[in-house]
Amino acid sequence: MSYVDPITLLFASIFTSNILLSNFLGTCSFIAISKDIGSSNGLGIAVIVVLVLSSAISWPILHYVLIPFNMIYLDLFVYIIIVAAVVQALEMIIERVSPALYMSLGIYLPLIVANCAILGVVLFMEIRNYDFGQSIIFGAGSGIGWWIAIVAAAAMRKRIDKNPVPAGLQGPGITLITMGFMSMAFVGFSGILRVQ
Amino acid sequence: MTTDLLILQTLLVGLVSVLMAVMISIIDGIVNNYGDVVVDVNGKKQMTVKGGTKLLGTLADQGIFLPSACGGRGSCGACKCQVESDVGPHLPTETPYLTDKEIKDNVRLACQVKVKADIKVHIPEELFNIRKMECVVEKIVELTYDIKEVLVRMPAGTELNYVSGQYGQFEVPKYGDIKEPTARAYSFSSNPQMKEHVEFLIRLVPGGAVTTYVHKFLKEGQKINVIAPVGDFNVKDTDASMICVAGGSGMAPMKSIFNDRIARGVINDRPIWYFFGARTTKDMFYLDWLWELDAKYSNFHFVPALSEPGPDEDWKGPVGLITTVLDEYLQTKIPLTEVKEGYLCGSPGMLDACMVVMKKNKMPEERIFFDKFA
Repeated sequence: MSYVDPITLLFASIFTSNILLSNFLGTCSFIAISKDIGSSNGLGIAVIVVLVLSSAISWPILHYVLIPFNMIYLDLFVYIIIVAAVVQALEMIIERVSPALYMSLGIYLPLIVANCAILGVVLFMEIRNYDFGQSIIFGAGSGIGWWIAIVAAAAMRKRIDKNPVPAGLQGPGITLITMGFMSMAFVGFSGILRVQ
Repeated sequence: MTTDLLILQTLLVGLVSVLMAVMISIIDGIVNNYGDVVVDVNGKKQMTVKGGTKLLGTLADQGIFLPSACGGRGSCGACKCQVESDVGPHLPTETPYLTDKEIKDNVRLACQVKVKADIKVHIPEELFNIRKMECVVEKIVELTYDIKEVLVRMPAGTELNYVSGQYGQFEVPKYGDIKEPTARAYSFSSNPQMKEHVEFLIRLVPGGAVTTYVHKFLKEGQKINVIAPVGDFNVKDTDASMICVAGGSGMAPMKSIFNDRIARGVINDRPIWYFFGARTTKDMFYLDWLWELDAKYSNFHFVPALSEPGPDEDWKGPVGLITTVLDEYLQTKIPLTEVKEGYLCGSPGMLDACMVVMKKNKMPEERIFFDKFA
């Protein structure tokens, strides 16, 4: 891939190609957790950490193990193992450092393993041929983008909850609609620059 | 060629897995290493232990056994223990078993609380008597098709002091799908005067981890761990008539109570009514012994009832649910003015139904005592 300066890449991954709002990855935990702003914040930060660590571990394994042995087709297996291990490690650390956050995240913390945003970012890193520094920046940027999106959505849902929502649209229904509007708003950023 | 490729692929995925496993175990070693922590019990006893395990297990390693009917799965709520230091908020796995007052007093389920730092706990004095003993299975008697009488002998030189109505935890070794030694609570059916032995009545529960082992694999002469004595179900020292209701293996504490009273010569001191409910004659046991007590002691009344006797069964006694029979006796046979105490042992459903009948017949709730199977 052609050279992109780190700041542009960071900006692009946060805003113009937001992992959640333009690629629609990681929506399940987004819908479930965005009802509470505190948990959203915690999960957002956890996702940033997992993304940075998974990118940092996956890149050397891709370039020093998978490519030399000509086994790029095993990437999905390997990445899933890495993501699962990182999440497991993070779970142990959060339990030690912040039992309150550990409890409020509950089942969603181990479910980061199944958060497709993580696997998506690692696979993007591979197909876009990022170097090590770019991978980490892209991972961090995507994580920050996901975090901004979920916290913003939680803030909106807090206001939505005070208003009458038609019965059939309560909960996930109105969240998906909100997400659609947010996504449209983020399309506005894509005119600024484009990094693929 | 293809085999080489397969081996290489396996090696590669294996290598990544090993790397990750190493990373996790290093982090586990750092993060879950809480070092030595001090457990303070009642402000009297300080114990230095390794942190990072659950409070229930930590205390058990130190020879303090909190009651636990489920064996630490968080499903019985028996291992309640007041924690005086801060161990974080109550977990969602604890709250269903605690009252609002207990939550305010920071009563916790010991099997759910992890010991991470110095901790102060309050444990009632009587629990210090609870010990874990390696016993020998001396005799197994098949009472009915699904109930076994299991007699175990205490280790040499050990005497177990308990009162009728208390229970012990029977621990079976790992087998089949059960990956670790598993303990469940059973009431003693033995006479507490006989301190070198204890006896349990164990009914086969389909899918039950311990009962299946007892019924399929347990042999006479085998060594087994018993944690005892536990529980606060006992006979109150009053002159009130005892209205005892039990079915199936709920017979256990009743047998212990009657034998204890016979041994102490007080069996005839107060009226005892024993209502024994079963479905068919196949579920009945100890009938000869109970009829003998009924004949020998004027104050002892035995009332067996069958709820579903088969057409070819020779049954002359009352027919119907034990609650119906109990209701009938309380209304017609047992004087209303007589002061009564209820002693119940059995499944939660049966107990609740008996409570309703007893309260309807003017027996005050605070004089009804029970041993509920969890």
